[in-house]
Amino acid sequence: MHSFLTIGAVAIVLLIFPTLYRMIAGPSVFDRIIGGNMIGTKATVLLLFIGVLFNNVSMFVDISLAYALLNFIGTLAAAKYFQHRPSETTPDGGATDEEARP
Amino acid sequence: MINILTAVLITTGILVLAFGVIGILRLPDFYTRMHAAGKTDSLGAVLVAVGFALYNAQSLAFADLLVSVKILFIAVFIFVASPTATHAIMQTAIALGVEPWRKKEEGK
Repeated sequence: MHSFLTIGAVAIVLLIFPTLYRMIAGPSVFDRIIGGNMIGTKATVLLLFIGVLFNNVSMFVDISLAYALLNFIGTLAAAKYFQHRPSETTPDGGATDEEARP
Repeated sequence: MINILTAVLITTGILVLAFGVIGILRLPDFYTRMHAAGKTDSLGAVLVAVGFALYNAQSLAFADLLVSVKILFIAVFIFVASPTATHAIMQTAIALGVEPWRKKEEGK
């Protein structure tokens, strides 16, 4: 069971990298926000994996819960911030992939 | 028996998360990416969390059961909070007037 959990944790870590690509390269600021939200959810799950693998679930479950709360608050704060300051978003805020390419 | 159930739940959860990542890479604009990200993220994380709650409750000791209840609370919280966050970002994008993606017309 432990080797299965290790493979699962590595799979989650590998899934973070394409999301990070969308967070860095995403054409609009909303792509970056949703990329950060997805990475936060994956980190919440990854903390559960780490807790079971290190036989210390009772500690890591609290960290995971706090991470889920902070991720939610952070996403809401970013959404509200850009709603009140539309000028802070990029000029091509809604550009599709094709249009954003030079 | 519980190990098999846990393995099935966690594998399904990771697969759903992987579909979400494929969607966020492949789809053409922000709204469609949100469509992929919002749903798969909540379902995948909830499946993995429920799998861990079952795995942890195997021993039936009181402390382990409490930890399992906490993990289930994480699952419930993600199930409520992740669609709410997606909705908030979507509302911001609509308020700022981001245009949805359409198929290109024939003449262009």
